[in-house]
Amino acid sequence: MGEVILTMKGIDKSFPGVHALDHVDLEVRRGEVHALMGENGAGKSTLMKVLTGIYTKDEGTITFEGKEVEFHNTREAQDAGIVIVHQELNMLGHLTVAQNIFFGREFKKGIGIDDRKMNEEAAKLFERLNIDIDPTTTMSDLTVGKQQMCEIAKAISHEAKVIIFDEPSAALTEAEIEELFKIIRDLRAQNLGIIYISHRMDEIKVITDRVTVMRDGAYVGTLITEDCTKNDIINMMVGRVIYEDPKTHSMVPEGAPVVLKVENLNAGKMVQNVSFELHKGEILGFSGLMGAGRTETARAIFGADPKQSGDIYMNGEKVTINTPQDAVNHGIGYLSEDRKRFGIVVQKSVAENTTLATLKEYLSGIFINKRKEEKVAQEFVDSLATKTPGVDQLVVNLSGGNQQKVVIAKWLCRNSDVLIFDEPTRGIDVGAKNEIYKLMNKLAAEGKAIIMISSEMTEILRMSDRIVVMCEGKITGELDIAEATQENIMNLATREIS
Amino acid sequence: MANQNTAVAAKKKSSLDKLGGQKFIVILVIIALFLFFSVMSANFRKYTTIVSILDYSYYIVLMSIGVTFPLITGGVDLSIGTGLICYSLVGGYLISFHNFPVWGGMLVTVLFGVAIGLVNGTLVAVMDIPPFLVTLCTCMITRGLGAIIVGGFGITWPTATQPGGWFRNIFKISIDARTKIPIGIVWVLILVAVMSFVLNHTKIGRYTIGIGSNKEAARLSGVNVKFYHIMAYVISGLFAGLAAIAYSAVFATVQPGTGAGFELEAIGGAIIGGVSASGGAGSVTGSLLGVFVICLLKTGLPFIGLQANWQQIITGLVLIGAVLIDVIKKRREVH
Repeated sequence: MGEVILTMKGIDKSFPGVHALDHVDLEVRRGEVHALMGENGAGKSTLMKVLTGIYTKDEGTITFEGKEVEFHNTREAQDAGIVIVHQELNMLGHLTVAQNIFFGREFKKGIGIDDRKMNEEAAKLFERLNIDIDPTTTMSDLTVGKQQMCEIAKAISHEAKVIIFDEPSAALTEAEIEELFKIIRDLRAQNLGIIYISHRMDEIKVITDRVTVMRDGAYVGTLITEDCTKNDIINMMVGRVIYEDPKTHSMVPEGAPVVLKVENLNAGKMVQNVSFELHKGEILGFSGLMGAGRTETARAIFGADPKQSGDIYMNGEKVTINTPQDAVNHGIGYLSEDRKRFGIVVQKSVAENTTLATLKEYLSGIFINKRKEEKVAQEFVDSLATKTPGVDQLVVNLSGGNQQKVVIAKWLCRNSDVLIFDEPTRGIDVGAKNEIYKLMNKLAAEGKAIIMISSEMTEILRMSDRIVVMCEGKITGELDIAEATQENIMNLATREIS
Repeated sequence: MANQNTAVAAKKKSSLDKLGGQKFIVILVIIALFLFFSVMSANFRKYTTIVSILDYSYYIVLMSIGVTFPLITGGVDLSIGTGLICYSLVGGYLISFHNFPVWGGMLVTVLFGVAIGLVNGTLVAVMDIPPFLVTLCTCMITRGLGAIIVGGFGITWPTATQPGGWFRNIFKISIDARTKIPIGIVWVLILVAVMSFVLNHTKIGRYTIGIGSNKEAARLSGVNVKFYHIMAYVISGLFAGLAAIAYSAVFATVQPGTGAGFELEAIGGAIIGGVSASGGAGSVTGSLLGVFVICLLKTGLPFIGLQANWQQIITGLVLIGAVLIDVIKKRREVH
């Protein structure tokens, strides 16, 4: 490791209602791979966006090569030598590799573009990186791994001094990851500073020199990778005090029947051999890091995405679910994490949304029986304590928490036995959160079986009777609430898959 | 490593196949249609018929060259058809009633097109209104505007024998009453070559493709996306203006209220020629070839006794076929 090239000190950033970064520090040296770790929403991405000029900081200083700097857009950061290789690739599929690398700063020849020179320069870059890619290939013809190599080449071509990798391995195969690591080691040898964001604990141990851990938008500490264990890092990641009282024991009555049973479910890379049981009156928490395959599992069960294999049993009977319609007919309701896109029709009224999945029951002949619809909607507004001026109110005018209640009403209306809540309180303020929690507990007490997918550790520990932890498409463990702690959940969520 | 090399090479070749592939199919279709109509009708294979096919193709080809740019950005320009008539009416009106020299009228015609293109582009790129809506509005506006400016009557540009009639020779040189040289095809081919260069070898073209491919990525690369997005519509307007001149030179009178539907032939041609319905891909030469397919159908079908309504149906079916090829190609790329 060489001298310090980049120092971020006391970086503070607030968004309306969220203190996203609370005086965070980060120091990167030349010839170092520095891991940035933290749970979902710990503030890693926000910190990197502040560094590369996408967000402006409220407080703090950034010192780069001994000078205090402030970038106003990614271009300025690039020109200074700080570039980011995004998790989602920013590529132009219809153009060639060389055209992509030099997009926005093409070499000119007369009034035209000098494509030949661009190809030559790109070839030189690949040579330097020891990568075998033909610069004249169309970008969309490359594998994801190769596309990422092109992104790296693009980064280098900016005369980068600090390169940020944002979860670079998420979409790569084992062999591609090996190749990526080789490149990163080369770059380190060339004295660049590298920031490496990843959830994969095993990678951190293999490739990084130091680790900085963030939690809830705050700086926790920096460790030398060689001197610490996986558990040290996990403890730093989750070491918060849980002030909302966690459930201490399961509320499910002894011998409650199994309502839903999933056996060896496979659906793409993100759902591999998933098996679990869900009991009557149980809240089953699905925990894991971003991209662990929890939503994909839910969508496969619900028939929203195709599955390759696996059996689903409802109340002991094997059922076939190929479409969401099948799932609904078998009594499964899915409350999407993205309410606005999949859950509700915002420009329709509370009443219309409530009866959306059960419209057949409100028909008189071919006409919708408005009065009956409104009567039922009103019953749910009362029982769920939805705050709305009336059932004819457009859903778009309600708050997030009350919108969620309308979605719940829709599925209750359908008399679903199994409710899958995907991030039930995302984007909902604290007061409304508590109401949703109370409602879920009430539903469970009434005998509904609930799957709750949540990325919030506190929510998992507070609500679940039992916890299933997923990592990279597989279930890595099952914990009873009595034995679950933040540490053992995080341990399962970052388990190395061999 | 060696294996990987060949794999990459093989993949590259197939993608080249795809690009050249569609054009190759279109050329075959053109030849097949031409032979078919020639065999079916003795009148079709006459020299005068070929000249008139070309005559009626120029304005559609020119519109098609221009509209290729907004299409590649993932947008569309529906205002070029009624716009063409509007620009031609205004230019001809100034020549006939305000003693404008012919070249002056032509200049106004083209500049009017550029101005509407600028309006379209600004509304799309700066105000972020969907291109379909923006250009549908300017389509209606130009339709009304042209008629109002000229007072609702048809406009005749100078005929070949009148002073100023020289401009009709731009597209067709008359040796005598029977022998005419369709010189317009030369200008059209030159413009195709120029715009092909612009699309493939200049920043305007590169960023047009970039916007259609992944606008956000283009923006993050530090490109002035708004400017180049506007330019695509300006090019479309410019070529609608040039098309207006070709139209004025070929047809005796220009009638207000017409022009709706021309844009569909130009857009249809571009899509047959390989412009992706979702943006990002396409070529000027492809659009040229695609328009020829449409023009052949339009002029050829009457010769075998199928009238206008049939032309519409058959052209529509050909278009669906072309779009299906694009969609199937995409689906195969995903898997």
